[in-house]
Formats: sequence, C-alpha cells, structure tokens
Amino acid sequence: MLKTLRPALLLFAMLSLLTGLAYPLLTTALAQALFPQQANGSLIEKNGQIIGSRLIGQQFSGDKYFWGRPSATSPMAYNAGSSGGSNLGPTNQAQLDAVKANLDHLRQAHPTQTATVPVDLVTASASGLDPEISLAAAYYQLERVAQARGMPLARLHQLVDDHIIGETFGLLGEPRVNVLELNLALDAVK
Amino acid sequence: MSTPAILQLGLFLLVLLALAWPLSSWITRIMQGENPGPLRFVAPLEKLLYRLAGIRQDEEMGWKSYAISLLVFNLLGVLAVYGLQRLQGALPFNPQAMAAVTPDSSFNTAISFVTNTNWQGYGGETTMSYLTQMLGLTVQNFLSAATGAAVVIALIRGFARHSSARIGNFWVDVTRFTAYILLPLSLVFALALTQQGVIQNLLPYQTAHTVEATHFQQAKLDAQGNPLKDKDGKPIMVDSQTQQQTLPMGPVASQEAIKMLGTNGGGFFNANSAHPFENPTPLSNFLQDLAIFLIPAALCFVFGRMVGDRRQGWAILAAMLLMFATAVVVETSAEQAGVPQLSAMGVDQQASSLQSGGNMEGKESRFGIIDTALFTVVTTSASCGAVNAMHDSLTPIGGMVPTFLMQLGEVVFGGVGSGLYGMLVFAILAVFIAGLMVGRTPEYLGKKIETYEMKMTAITILVTPILVLVLTAIAVSVDAGKAGIANPGAHGFSEILYAFTSAANNNGSAFAGLSANTPFYNIMTGIAMFFGRFLMIVPILAIAGSLSAKKRLAVNAGTLPTHGPLFVVLLIGTVLLVGALNYVPALALGPVVEHLHMVSGH
Repeated sequence: MLKTLRPALLLFAMLSLLTGLAYPLLTTALAQALFPQQANGSLIEKNGQIIGSRLIGQQFSGDKYFWGRPSATSPMAYNAGSSGGSNLGPTNQAQLDAVKANLDHLRQAHPTQTATVPVDLVTASASGLDPEISLAAAYYQLERVAQARGMPLARLHQLVDDHIIGETFGLLGEPRVNVLELNLALDAVK
Repeated sequence: MSTPAILQLGLFLLVLLALAWPLSSWITRIMQGENPGPLRFVAPLEKLLYRLAGIRQDEEMGWKSYAISLLVFNLLGVLAVYGLQRLQGALPFNPQAMAAVTPDSSFNTAISFVTNTNWQGYGGETTMSYLTQMLGLTVQNFLSAATGAAVVIALIRGFARHSSARIGNFWVDVTRFTAYILLPLSLVFALALTQQGVIQNLLPYQTAHTVEATHFQQAKLDAQGNPLKDKDGKPIMVDSQTQQQTLPMGPVASQEAIKMLGTNGGGFFNANSAHPFENPTPLSNFLQDLAIFLIPAALCFVFGRMVGDRRQGWAILAAMLLMFATAVVVETSAEQAGVPQLSAMGVDQQASSLQSGGNMEGKESRFGIIDTALFTVVTTSASCGAVNAMHDSLTPIGGMVPTFLMQLGEVVFGGVGSGLYGMLVFAILAVFIAGLMVGRTPEYLGKKIETYEMKMTAITILVTPILVLVLTAIAVSVDAGKAGIANPGAHGFSEILYAFTSAANNNGSAFAGLSANTPFYNIMTGIAMFFGRFLMIVPILAIAGSLSAKKRLAVNAGTLPTHGPLFVVLLIGTVLLVGALNYVPALALGPVVEHLHMVSGH
C-alpha cells in the first residue's frame, strides 16, 4: 500500500500544480496579451463607467427601448450574479401561466400589432442573460419604439437591419439582434 | 429535419472525422511510449515528474496493481477537492470572499468531478472561489479524463497483447495522456474560446451601471437579515429597483476548454454552456460540440491501430455514428415542433427566416433550435453533461432522447476512455450472444471469451441500471426525495429519473429544476456517481488482465468477423436491447406519459 501511496501523492501534487495553476495562469497571461477585450468580459464603457457587457443582456421595460427576452433569474431579471433558466416543464401549468402573462403584457404594449407573437419574446432564456432576440422579435416592437421616440418607422427599421448578426458561415446559429447594442445605437441617434 | 439542420450535422461529422483521424495517430504514438516528436521539450519535465515521484517508467503492472494505483490516485482527488471547498474561505484567489461550501455539497462535488460526472448541485458564480475552480475542479477535469483514457488503453492492450500478465503502468499512462494530449489541446482551445468572447481573468466581479433601472420585488428583511412574514406566514415583499448589474469574472476559458475536451461538463457558471461568458457565439458552440466528441472518436481509431486492424475501430465508430445521427434527428424534430398549448394561445413557433421558432423556453437566441438540439445530443451521447439549454424545459420527447442516450450506458461516443471501454464490453456481449446462437465458443479479436470475462461483463453492464432504478425508486418513495421536485406530474418523475441516470452514468447534466443541493440528493447522487464509475472500471481492468494473459487464436472459417456491417448491426442491437429492457417501463412513466398529456391537450 505504501508503495502505491508515495507515487500517488507526489504525482497527484505535481500534476495538480501543472494543470491547476500553471495551465490556467499561462492561459490567463496569453489571453490577456492576445485578446484583452474579450478576456475581460467584452465590456462597454461610457464616460469612464462600465455600462454593461456586449455579451450580457439587460432588462429593458421603457417604451423607448427594444425589449429582450423574459429572464427567470432571481431576485431580479437579468441578474448576472446568478444565472439560470426557469426550468419549468412544457406541460406545467405554471409555465403556461407565465407565457400567458408575458403574452398579455406584450399585446397591451403593442396595441396596433396584429401579428402573432414570436416565441422568444414570451419564453425565458436558458441563462437568463440572453443578450439577443430574433429578427421577428425585433420587428414586432418597431411600431412601439418608433412612436415613443417620434422616429420615422422606415429609419428605425433600417437601424434594426444594420444591427442584424447573421449566421456564422451562413450556417451556424440564428440571425439575431443584440438588444443592448441596438438600444445604445438608438440613444445615440440625434 | 430542415436543410440547415442536415447541413450542420453533416459539417459537424466531417470536421470531427477530419480532426479525429490525425489525433488518433498522435494518441497511439504517445500511449505506446514513443518519442513525442514536436513536444520533445516536455520530455525532460516528464522524466523529472517520474524521478521525483519514484516511478519507474518501464515497470509495467498487472491488472490488480493498476486498479489499486488508479483507486488510490482518484481517492486523493476526492480528498483534495473536498478539502479545497471546505477551506476556500481562508485560501488565496478568492476576490469574492466565497465562504466554505457545506460538507454534503463538498462531498458531492468532490465525487462528481473525480468521477468525470461533473454533476453540479451548486451555482458556480455564487459558490466557488477561483482557487477551487482552478486547483480543485480544473485539475480533476484533466485527471478524471486521463484516468478514463488510461483504462481504455489498458483494455486495448489486453486485446493487442498475448500471453502477458501486464497491462501497462498507470502512473505513466495518466501522466502522458495529461501532458502530451490534454494540456496542449486545452491551451489551444482555451485561446480560441477567448477569441470568441469567453472570459479569462482573475479580476473581482465588475459592476455595470445599466441603461435602465430594473424593477423587482424582494423579501423584506429584519435587522438580523431574516425575511419578515405577514400573519399568513408569507414573506412580505417590497418593491425595489436597481441600476447596477454584477458581472461575474474569472478564469473561465481555461476550465471551459478541458470541460469539453475531457467530456467533463461542469460549468464555471450555473447556466453552464448557455451562459454567454462560457459560450458566446454559434462558432464557440460548434467548437464545443467538436471538442466533446474529438477524443472519444479518436480513441475508436486508436483501438483499430493498436489491435492492428483499423477496420475494427471503424466498425465501433460506425455503430456510434448511426445511433448518434438518429438521436439528432429525433431531438431536432421534437424541439422544432414546439408546444401545442403555446400555439393555441397565439404564440408563433413556426420556423422562418426571421426566427428559429420551436420550443424556445430555456434556450438561447444565438443557438435557436438546431444548434441546441445538436449540442443536447452530443453532450448526452458523450458523457459530457455540459448544457447550452435547460434540459428541464425540453419537450417530453426532446427530454427523453438525452435520458435514453445516457441510459444506453454512455457508449455512443461516451466519455474520454469510458465511452470506448463501455462499448467494447457491449462488443464482448454481442459476440457472446452470437456465439450462443451458432453454438461456438465466442471470440473477439482472437481472444476466447470465457466464463470469467462474461461475469465481469455482466457486472459492468448491470451496475448502472441497478443504481439508477433502485435509487430512483427510493427517491420517489421518501419525502426527502419528493421534496426536490419542481414540476408536477409525470415531469416530476422524469426529473428524478434523469438525475440518477445522469449521476450513475457519469454524465452530469440535469433537469435542473430538481432541488438537488440537499443532504439527501447530495449523498444519493454521490453514491450513484462513485459506484457507477469505479464498479465499472475495476471489472474492466480485470477483463484487460485476463485477455492479456490469453493466447491469440488464428482466424478460421468459423470466426465471426467483427469489422463488417453485420457486426455493426449486431452491436447496435445489443446496446439498444439492453437499454430498452432496463428502462422502457421507467421511461413510460415519465416522458411518454407527459408527451401523451401534451399532445392530447390537457
């Protein structure tokens, strides 16, 4: 037994140092040198203050902004300190009630909109931090935002189209719009 | 399946095979003790490790010594991960001042990461210090994968050698697989992930001042910090608002890389690979899919190379590929179909050029249905268990596919090493059944399969179903088990079944609504993970030792060829038959009932 214990202990200790300290610290050094912006969270700053991350969604509820997806994080939506989804099953009444409440709220906020509601606008994302929405979800909100901002619809439509992120290599992922970046662009419109 | 879904699956398989083939040549070279060519500069470090640890590189072990070394090494891992969690409050690299983790959760997590399960009862960003993530969890991501690889290499040696009592040196196998295969791949992959947006730093969490204020309700607290309750005993809620968002930080990419390459699956954050800091883009997602399958696929080719007949490796791989592709088709179709109750309310779930449609609860916009379904099948075919969607919110059939893939014993690619050794045991069973049918002594790769091998095979194949079914039965019978259920009805049963299926088969994904961070579930799933891992490894090493000692028989007219389509079908049939016999009743009570419930509109 002792014959096994000595190599086990020493090898475990040395491989731990190699894979648990040397490797992550070397990766950190290389990542900071090669891709500092990404390695530090793709942060967006304004006047020297961090106003968010390009990758992490924020809660928007004002009429002047595009809204993101429902978020099931607690205690508040888009709590990036504690990520997660609703974990509600598809046949759970609580899930159907939650979708219904989201649906009613959206219809009330978009009285002129006659289209059916895109599914991503009424269902909670997996991380609770989804930074993006589908094109259908963005277009659904055009009229409300245009009206609240007194902006011509065509111009707003163009702004949204300018912010479309397409599929990678025309194949991977879904076309989508980053909500925070779109809203920041809206605020920047003179 | 839509055209983009088929194209993506095709591209995935093409790139996978193109990478796995050259990697298999490299793995074979390293594990046969040859010169590490371009990585020669690591060789002095390797020699130094052996010298300091008193290991003689050329001294091979019998299967018993190999198994004892493996068990001692892994038990040390359990102690280290347990200790780090309990002491993290007093250790460095802890900018968020995370306190010690509870004893039952620490126990569970220690076993979880050592057994390559990486089931997580905790939320990473709210629980673990950076030191625990690196020196505890990242280390086991490497060593548990290397352990699995060592076992399968020992088993392959059992087939490849003859009249020898030795199956290799465990210390050397683990060290070489870690240093020459896992580490270089991880370093490259971690940097690729960072380029895509995965974070890698040691900063404290950052605070962002958001564009709009977030309004929410929270429980009112008294001076001691306990929630105040009204006279009905309900917590008193007060309206609050905040314009601050806490952005978690940490050394994520380095852990993310080995989490995938080692088929570990334990996320840095609670949301795992659904978190934008762990998996920010469709490309990072595609690379993660590839990383999960890369080594398990390459090991099939390594098998063919080491036994001296490459067709043998292709046959095993073909069986895996067929089952995998079928599962992708079923999964994608189920999730794309969506939930009829939502359509009835006026929700648009149709796929179009403007949206992915389908069941988007618990999924991310950048992945949509196609990328999510592929990832879900990859992660549960392999015993990875990373998730890029919340499996609890999958449709009933969409949730049954991953459950059943795990229940097959994680042999469709499976974990690093564990997938192939599991599949080779099924191959032994398949030739045994074929032998019974024609009345001949079964043989596989020139080795006679006799009573001893079949006893060990039976243990290996039966241990996980027994753990899953017995522990599920206990959990649904006692209050401590039922208390964890989040969704009512058949889905609640599925949550528990999924939990023990995932734990015993060392997958680690979850129907995460289940409140599993309780002493009951921490201990029960801990037991499932430990025995699901080591009660397979020890009998498999015994098979390796026994085969290694046998003579090799020459092929004759009565030998069942194990490289053709007939054998592939026989192997798939054996895997599916064993899986179905064990689990169909349990699946009928969970996902099948829920599916009928959903489509009948109740």
